[in-house]
Amino acid sequence: MATPLVVSDVAKSFTMHLRDGIKLPVVASVSFAIRAGECAVLGGPSGAGKSSILKMLYGNYAADEGQIIVQHEGGLIDLATASPRTVLAVRRLTIGYVSQFLRTVPRVSALDVVAEPLVERGEEREVARGKARALLAQLNLPEKLWALPPATFSGGEQQRVNIARGFITEHPILLLDEPTASLDVRNRDVVIALIAAKKAAGVALLGIFHDHDVREAVADRVIDVTAFAAGKIAA
Amino acid sequence: MTDEPLLRVSALSKFYGSRVGCEDVTFDLWPGEVLAVVGESGSGKTTLLNCLSTRLLPSSGTASYRMRDRQFRELYRMSEAERRFLMRTDWGFVHQNPADGLRMTVSAGANVGERLMAVGDRHYGKIRATAVDWLSRVEIDEDRIDDEPRAFSGGMRQRLQIARNLVTGPRLVFMDEPTGGLDVSVQARLLDLLRGLVTDLGLAAIVVTHDLAVARLLSQRMMVMKDGRVVESGLTDRVLDDPRAPYTQLLVSSILQV
Repeated sequence: MATPLVVSDVAKSFTMHLRDGIKLPVVASVSFAIRAGECAVLGGPSGAGKSSILKMLYGNYAADEGQIIVQHEGGLIDLATASPRTVLAVRRLTIGYVSQFLRTVPRVSALDVVAEPLVERGEEREVARGKARALLAQLNLPEKLWALPPATFSGGEQQRVNIARGFITEHPILLLDEPTASLDVRNRDVVIALIAAKKAAGVALLGIFHDHDVREAVADRVIDVTAFAAGKIAA
Repeated sequence: MTDEPLLRVSALSKFYGSRVGCEDVTFDLWPGEVLAVVGESGSGKTTLLNCLSTRLLPSSGTASYRMRDRQFRELYRMSEAERRFLMRTDWGFVHQNPADGLRMTVSAGANVGERLMAVGDRHYGKIRATAVDWLSRVEIDEDRIDDEPRAFSGGMRQRLQIARNLVTGPRLVFMDEPTGGLDVSVQARLLDLLRGLVTDLGLAAIVVTHDLAVARLLSQRMMVMKDGRVVESGLTDRVLDDPRAPYTQLLVSSILQV
């Protein structure tokens, strides 16, 4: 079975130069692989480094050591050492990411925020908007909001825009950072269905879900992040 | 995606006597890429921008630009006339102060049309139609086309300067604090406009700014400068979310949260 993402011996720490250079270890010896069509969940208490791991896989945090091997455009790329330009190409085509919070852009409508990743992949704007409409409707975002910039939306509404933006493309790898944190039960169930559809389509998913019910519904397995606690020797 | 950069910069340095303007700057810029150069006043970012746009000649180092015929040309070996031609056609330069980039005593339409004439356009009706089109793209009403920029607000002047620069379809645009000195609401409108234009036209741009929020919104890549040197570079969100150099950490931690 295809394994589009393999993480080996990745370590991350923060050096706080403004605090006399103290070093805060986050994780070490992070090793796991995600297969196509499965949803793995990062488990462990707050502060264990779950978000840091996701951010390294997206190139948003730099890894101190180790390899993050991604199948990209028929080849293998090590994201831990890839150039910024390569990371951007991987983000455009291979790895999608649903962050916890939507970073809003002034004056861009919710519809275009959602359609943008498809347009970046070369899709016609109107086709992309059509898909965006369908997703926003599925996520029960009131149609009167679609033409408005999401800056003034409620937390739950912004989150749904964010989810639609993350799910609209056909990236073979999808990272999810608490996508259901501020959703009601009805919309949570929509997200569970969306994840199931991605799995059926052969997407490799890796997520953080604090919500127990969602985790039960989507997780094929849990990766225990406490095993990667920095300073601890991995077995 | 093209597999060759548009601009290759290697070990570029500029000294003013014994004082360092910028030192040992090396990077590549690809078509369609927006690079932000950040740092505080005196960090050398404007010196770097002026060297790259050949408004200043560096003390040492090289910069090669891929011309439309795909051949790389060494910028500092070109003749003055060749460089000026490049500046008028394939490049744009957006100044912080629009008065530096506009002719304040000719009409808005002429400010845009002049660049077209410089590249050989002679048909008045066509030039005027293109000018009207560009004014609308930067959200200036058609009925202001015969007004002088002196009668425009700061935000409008800046939008006009952008239209003047983009009308010739440049491939590379230099911007020096493009939103400096504007009200926050005007800034947001300008940033959104710039972002849309850069994406739609596939422009490469080098944007000098001290405003990290501007850098985050406009650029994919970032270089942080201090005392004339690049202290950190990388993906914009990586540099801002996981700053590694002491100076970058100081800059990022100094942002006021709203």
